[in-house]
Amino acid sequence: MSSRSRRWQEVLLTTPSFLWLVVFFLVPTALVFILAFRPSDPFGGIGRGWTLGTLRALADPQYLAIAWRTLWVSFATTVLCLLLAVPTGYTLARASARRRQLLLMLVIVPFWTSFLIRVFAWKSILHPEGIIKKALVLLGAVDANTSLLYNLGAVVLVTVYTFLPFAILPIYAAAEKFDYRLIEAARDLGARPFTAFRRVFIPGIRQGLVTAVLVVFIPALGSYVIPDIVGGPGSELLGNKIAQRVFVDRNLPLAGGLSIVLILAVLMPLLGVLALQRQGTRVAPRRDEERP
Amino acid sequence: MAEFLVFDHIRKHFGPVQAVDDVSLEIKRGEFFALLGPSGCGKTTMLRVAAGFETPDAGKVFLDGREITDLPPHRRRVNTIFQSYALFPHLSVRANIAFGLQIAKRPKAMIDREVEAMLHLIRMEDQADKKPDLLSGGQRQRVAIARALVNKPDVLLLDEPLAALDLKLRQRMLIELDMIHDQVGITFLYVTHDQGEAMSLSDRIAVMNSGRIEQIGTPAEIYEAPRTSFVAAFIGDTNFFEGVVADHPEPEYSRLRIDGLPDVTVYNDKQIADGNQVFLSVRPEKIQISRDQPEAKNKRNAVPAVVEDVIYLGSTTKYWVRAGGHRLQVLRQHARFFLDEKPIRWKDDVWIFWHGDDGFMLEGFQRDDEKLLAAPPQKVGET
Repeated sequence: MSSRSRRWQEVLLTTPSFLWLVVFFLVPTALVFILAFRPSDPFGGIGRGWTLGTLRALADPQYLAIAWRTLWVSFATTVLCLLLAVPTGYTLARASARRRQLLLMLVIVPFWTSFLIRVFAWKSILHPEGIIKKALVLLGAVDANTSLLYNLGAVVLVTVYTFLPFAILPIYAAAEKFDYRLIEAARDLGARPFTAFRRVFIPGIRQGLVTAVLVVFIPALGSYVIPDIVGGPGSELLGNKIAQRVFVDRNLPLAGGLSIVLILAVLMPLLGVLALQRQGTRVAPRRDEERP
Repeated sequence: MAEFLVFDHIRKHFGPVQAVDDVSLEIKRGEFFALLGPSGCGKTTMLRVAAGFETPDAGKVFLDGREITDLPPHRRRVNTIFQSYALFPHLSVRANIAFGLQIAKRPKAMIDREVEAMLHLIRMEDQADKKPDLLSGGQRQRVAIARALVNKPDVLLLDEPLAALDLKLRQRMLIELDMIHDQVGITFLYVTHDQGEAMSLSDRIAVMNSGRIEQIGTPAEIYEAPRTSFVAAFIGDTNFFEGVVADHPEPEYSRLRIDGLPDVTVYNDKQIADGNQVFLSVRPEKIQISRDQPEAKNKRNAVPAVVEDVIYLGSTTKYWVRAGGHRLQVLRQHARFFLDEKPIRWKDDVWIFWHGDDGFMLEGFQRDDEKLLAAPPQKVGET
């Protein structure tokens, strides 16, 4: 085949996805960017002319606090997800074929129920009259007046619950390919079980870890439903603010400005991964859409 | 030289399979000891028991007089060279070798010095910063050796270390392993299914079969005086005859009555009584072959035969002959192949003969062991 016709083939094959990206991703993103520089009008529409007022409004300490909170909630979620997913992935990979089937089913089964219903279910679980609260009060672990709901803790808990399967699956995939004779080799060379795990297993599933970080951290940054349902006034995230600006205040330019902040926050981990790739390390394909 | 690594009545089963069945072994300090046997005979399980990866169901393991049966692997002064090498893919050659010393928290200067010395020993100073997946099979093998030896273990365990290498490289690594053993002088426990490796390297060999030890001895003892038919058949090739001890013409020698053959004289060191059913094994290279009837001599067994196959092997020729219903293999060196005699060909009538001392009677014959022998080829030239 000549190089020319191969080129044409390439163009033909990539055009649909390219058009898709342009129409449904690049153009809307550009529109959001443009929106941020237009004035708003009192009726919820967009005024004429251009302004930097929106960007100035973003410097408001309340937005900075929310942006910061969004970052660290996502960070905490990612760390907790990894702490839970690494042992789970290891156990899954080491289980016998039959047990593994069963355990994997248990990881996947929540997806058979709507995401919204699962978040509402947490609301009733954590409810002041719910079973967990009652049990904790009975054990004397919490005061009868403490609320398990409508705070940052509840938001982190439910976010971890939601994203945990997305962390488990890539880590399991990497753990399944891992050569466990390396652990024996490390033990043979004098390493205690945990040292062998840390110095040989963790570097061995690096790819899975990077993927897990990306698929948890990025969607967690944009989460909006979870803080809306189980969070309170003190646990609003960027996603909630954007929704408020759109649906409550009808201030589209400000919503656009906040969206830019979110996009930049999402880009950071991706740039970090790219920098890692530069150093000659390979990384699994990234995903940058919110999942649920 | 006292016993250094001792296995005392070890048993281990996996599910319904008895992998190791009451095995006792005593390995001396500095010895190169091989566990030889077909796959599934339990030799690797023995090695894993020594390394601490398996706990025996019964029995004890001692190292230098101290019991180590329940000691976890990281607390044993024993290192393993794995069949797959199991080098850490994320670490360089240097870091792989340094791993054990770093875990042991040795001072950095000492680690650097020891690792350099090891790199020198395996002649890989210039490859020290490469990752293992950039190395050839032989280089990986050498790194695995260095990674184990740098910890100065009391015993080095080698699990089929040459199985993954091609023939030429295997022969080179054999010599290298032998040299390393001479240089470092530590005890080697070497597991292999390859009799050539075991014979050429070891001080002593234990031949294992279905979880038990068939025989322990020097390579020459194992080859020249196998105790069981399994050993005779597994180590090298041999011919088996089934017969009955007829009488004792001399105190040390018996005559065997074998179907279809004249009576055969054989050395009877095991004092097997007359009338017993026994098996006679004669190695193919101990049998001579000739067109002419050999002159009768005391203790010489001579049998007429017909050549059925001739297989030219370069340095030797293998003849498959039929004598009185028995199919036998005879191996012959080519000292004068083309010079002073007509070569022996297919369908020729010949005589085969061997000295009474060159056959040995076997106890514990299993009919199945015959399957270990090289099957007679269907056509000439197919080996």
